[in-house]
Amino acid sequence: MARCCSDYTRSALLRRGVAEAGLGLPGVEPGMPLPAGSGLTRRRLLARSLGLALAVYGGSSLRPEAFEAGIEAAAAAGAPERVLVSVFLDGGADALSMLFPAEDPLYRSLRPRLALPADQGTPFAEDGRLRWHPSLGALATLHGEGKLSVAPGMGYTTPNQSHFTSRHFYEVGATSVRTRTGWLGRYLDRAGTPDNPLQGLSLDSRLQPALATAKLPTAAIDGPDRYDFWTRGVWGEVAERMLAAIRDLGTLPHRGDPGLEAAADAALQSHRLHGQLAPFRPKEGSTGIPSPVPYPASEDAFPRRLAGLAAMLAAGLPVRVVALRAPGMYDTHDSQPAELAEALRLTAESLLAFQRDLEARGLADRVLVHVWSEFGRRARENGSDGTDHGAAGIGLLLGSRVTGRLIGEFPGLQRLDEHGNLRATSDFRALYCAILEQWLGADAEAIVPGARGFQRPQLLRA
Amino acid sequence: MATPAYTGPFGKAQAERLLWRAGFGPRPGEAARLAKLGLDEAVRSLVRPGPEKLVGPEPKEDRGRPLAPVDAYGHDHLWWLDRMVRTSRPLVERMTLVWHDWFATSNAGVGSQRLMLQQNALLRRHALGSFRELLLALTVDPAMLLWLSGTENTRRSPNENYARELMELFTLGEGNGYTERDVREQARALTGWRYTWRRGAGAVDFRFDRERHDPGMKVIFGRRGTFDWRDACNLCLQHPRHPRFLVEKLWGAFVPVPPDEATRAELERLYRTDYRVRPVLEAILRHPALYTGPRMVKPPAVYLAGLLRGLGRGVDTASWVWLGGMAGQRLFYPPDVAGWDDGRWLDTATFRGRWAVANYALSPYSLSDRRGPTVPNDPEAIVAGALRVVGEPTIRPETRELLLRFARSSLAGARTGWKAKAYPPLVANAVRQLLVTSPDYQTC
Repeated sequence: MARCCSDYTRSALLRRGVAEAGLGLPGVEPGMPLPAGSGLTRRRLLARSLGLALAVYGGSSLRPEAFEAGIEAAAAAGAPERVLVSVFLDGGADALSMLFPAEDPLYRSLRPRLALPADQGTPFAEDGRLRWHPSLGALATLHGEGKLSVAPGMGYTTPNQSHFTSRHFYEVGATSVRTRTGWLGRYLDRAGTPDNPLQGLSLDSRLQPALATAKLPTAAIDGPDRYDFWTRGVWGEVAERMLAAIRDLGTLPHRGDPGLEAAADAALQSHRLHGQLAPFRPKEGSTGIPSPVPYPASEDAFPRRLAGLAAMLAAGLPVRVVALRAPGMYDTHDSQPAELAEALRLTAESLLAFQRDLEARGLADRVLVHVWSEFGRRARENGSDGTDHGAAGIGLLLGSRVTGRLIGEFPGLQRLDEHGNLRATSDFRALYCAILEQWLGADAEAIVPGARGFQRPQLLRA
Repeated sequence: MATPAYTGPFGKAQAERLLWRAGFGPRPGEAARLAKLGLDEAVRSLVRPGPEKLVGPEPKEDRGRPLAPVDAYGHDHLWWLDRMVRTSRPLVERMTLVWHDWFATSNAGVGSQRLMLQQNALLRRHALGSFRELLLALTVDPAMLLWLSGTENTRRSPNENYARELMELFTLGEGNGYTERDVREQARALTGWRYTWRRGAGAVDFRFDRERHDPGMKVIFGRRGTFDWRDACNLCLQHPRHPRFLVEKLWGAFVPVPPDEATRAELERLYRTDYRVRPVLEAILRHPALYTGPRMVKPPAVYLAGLLRGLGRGVDTASWVWLGGMAGQRLFYPPDVAGWDDGRWLDTATFRGRWAVANYALSPYSLSDRRGPTVPNDPEAIVAGALRVVGEPTIRPETRELLLRFARSSLAGARTGWKAKAYPPLVANAVRQLLVTSPDYQTC
C-alpha cells in the first residue's frame, strides 16, 4: 500500500523518512559512485547565512514542546560526563605544511616555492625531523603541555581524492558511498534519547553529516547568542512587550485548525527558546558571549561558536557530541601560503582559547576535541603556488585527558604512493573506534563497520 | 458528474484565500475586485489568464543596478521573486513553483544558474498545460540530466537515479506499482544522454547519443519492448496508479486535507483523458474544501512575495537571498529531490527567519518621531494603520483585539512627557511586525 493511500498528507507523500534527511549524505560530483535513488546532495553553504537557531533534524514524530521537555529532563539528570567536539578542516588541509620536515632536502625539491623556512616555527618535540607551521604556535603550546596528540599520517587504504567522497567516508566512518548515517549519528542512535536534540549539536546553520542519525533527533544552532527578534524602530519597554505579544498571539485558540496551530506553535516555541537562550545573549553594549578568557577577534563564526559552546556546557546543557567547521578554506590549489597561514592561525588560536576557557570553567576533563580533514595534499607543489588533492592528512586530538603522544608516525617523503601522496600510517576508523570505546564508552563494533580489524591507539592518559 | 463547487458567499475573505492559495496574495484592493467577479469568473481569470504583464517597479539590487540572474550570486532567486511579485498571472507563477517543488532540482547539484533558469522557463511554459509534455521535456532538461545523473546513465554503466525518482517522486509514489526490476529496466530505457564540456561555458550541447543508448529488450511493468526515454515516461503516465498519484499530490498543493473519494475519482477522470492539468486545477480551485477547510501555512517564498505585493514594494535588495534561506526556502535550492517539506515550514528557526523577512520588508516604512508623518497616540488608529500599510489583510477579531490590547498597554504610560511623542511610532512599528508574523498572516 502506498503511503499516500493510508497516511495522507502532502509531506508524507513527498518525504521519505527522516533518516534520509541526513542532508548532504552523500555528496554528488562527477565520477563519484552515486547510490541510485538517493537524490540527496550536499547543499552549498550560504556564505551570508545568519544561521538557523536550533533547527531540529530527525525524530519528527515529536512536537517541539516534547523536545524542550526532553532537554530540560536531560539537563536535570546531569550533563553527560564526556563531550566530543569534531572540528572539520574543509577542503583537505596540507599536513606537510602543518608539520613540515624542515631539513629534508626532498621537501625542498618537492616544494621549491612553498617550502617553509627551516628556522621558522617551533620544533616538534616527538619527531626531530618536524617543525610546526609558524602559524600553529598555539598548537605547539598545547603539545608542549601534553594536551595534544597528533596523527601525522591519518588516512585509509585505497584513498579517494574526491573531496565529497573522501569527506563522506570520514563522516560516515566507513569507506562506503552507500552509508547514509554519520558515525556520530549512529553513536547517538544507540546512546541518545528520543527527546533531546541537543545531544548531537551542529554548530552551524545546518546539520553536519557526521551527526546524521537514523532515528534520534539532533539540532543545528548557529550559536546560542544569535537568537533574537530585532525589529527596526522598536526598542526598550515596547520591544519587551512585543516579545510578550509573540507569545500571546501563539496562545490564541486555533480551534483545531492545523495551519493556525502550526503557526501558533512556532510563535510559542520561538518565544520560549528566546527566553531559554537569554543567558547567552550579549548584554547591551557588549559584543559576544561573556567568557572567562579572550577569544581571537574575527569575522568568522568559529571562535564565537566555541565560546558559545563552552558557555552552554558550563550551563549544564545536555550536549554529547558536537560538530563544526574550522574557519578558512583548506583546498589550497593556489595562493597557498597566505590563505593557509591565516586559516591555521585562527583555527589554532581559537582552539587554544577554547581549551583555556574550559580550564577556567573547570570543564576541561570532560571535553575531547577531534580535528580532521578529508585528506592531505600532494607532496609536490603544483604550478600555481598551491597543492593538489593528496591522500594521508593530519588528525589531532586535543584535551586535558589525552596522552599527548603520536598516533602513527610521520610517513616521510621517501616512500610516497603511486600518485606522489603521503601514505597513511594510521586509519581514521581505528581512531573512531578508540574514541568510541575509550572516550564515549560505546561499543565500536556496533558503530564502525569492520571495527574488529582495526588496531586501536591508546588515546587517554592512564 | 462534476466535482462540487463552493456555493457559500464569495466575498473579500474568500477571494483573499483564493489569491494566496493560487498565487501570492492580493495587491491592495485586488481581493475586493476579484470577489465582485463571483467564484466562477474569479477562478476562470486565474486558470485562463491573459498575456503576462509585469506590474510595479522594476527589480534592482541594492545599488540600484538591474539584476543579472544568470551570472550574479543569488540573482536567480531575486529574479524569480520579482516575477512572483509583479506578475499578472499569479497561478502560472504559483504552478511554476509547484512544479519546481515536484521535480525538485537544486543548483547545488547542477552548478549553473543558466541551466536552472532554463528549466524554470520550461516549468513556466507548461505550468497549466499538459503533464505529459512537461514530463517529457523535464526528463531531458539539461539541469535535470545533471541533477539526477541522466548524463551518467549509459548502456555500459546504467545509473538508476532518474529512473527511480521518475516513478517514486514524479509519477507513481514510493513503491506504488513498480519493482526494483522496473527501476533497473527503466534506467536502461533512459540511457543515451550526454553533453559536451566546453571551457568557460560549462556543460553545453545536451543531446541523445545512439552509441550510449541501450537498444535491447526491456520488461517494464510487465510489458516488453526496446523502450527508450520517451517510452519510459509514457509507461509511467499510462500506469493505472499514476492519475491518482497526480491528482492527490496536486490537490495537496492547494488544500491541506485529502479529497473525498468521489472528488478524487472525478479529478482522475478529468486528468486521465489527455493529461491536462488546467481542468484539474479549475476543479480544485472551485471546490468547497478550499474555502471551508482549514488554513495552510504559506510557503516562505509566497509569504514574502505576498508581503511585498501588499506593501506595493518591488524587489530592491539582495537581502532576500539569505533571508529566503533563513526562512527555509531558497529558490533553486530545494533540500533534495523530494522538494521542500511542505508540512513543516515552521519551527523555531524558520519562525525567526520569517520574523527577519518581515522586519526587512517593513524596514523602509519604519516610523520615527524624527521624520515622516506624525503617528497619533491612539491604539485604534495605530492598528488600522498597520492593516492599511500591508494591504488590509483579513484577520480574526481576536487577533485584532490582541494587537489593540498590545498598543493600549504600550501607550498607557506614554500620555505625557517625552514618551507621548516617542512611543506612538515605536508601537506602530511593533504592531505592523506582530501583524505580519501573527498566525493569521502566516496562514491562508
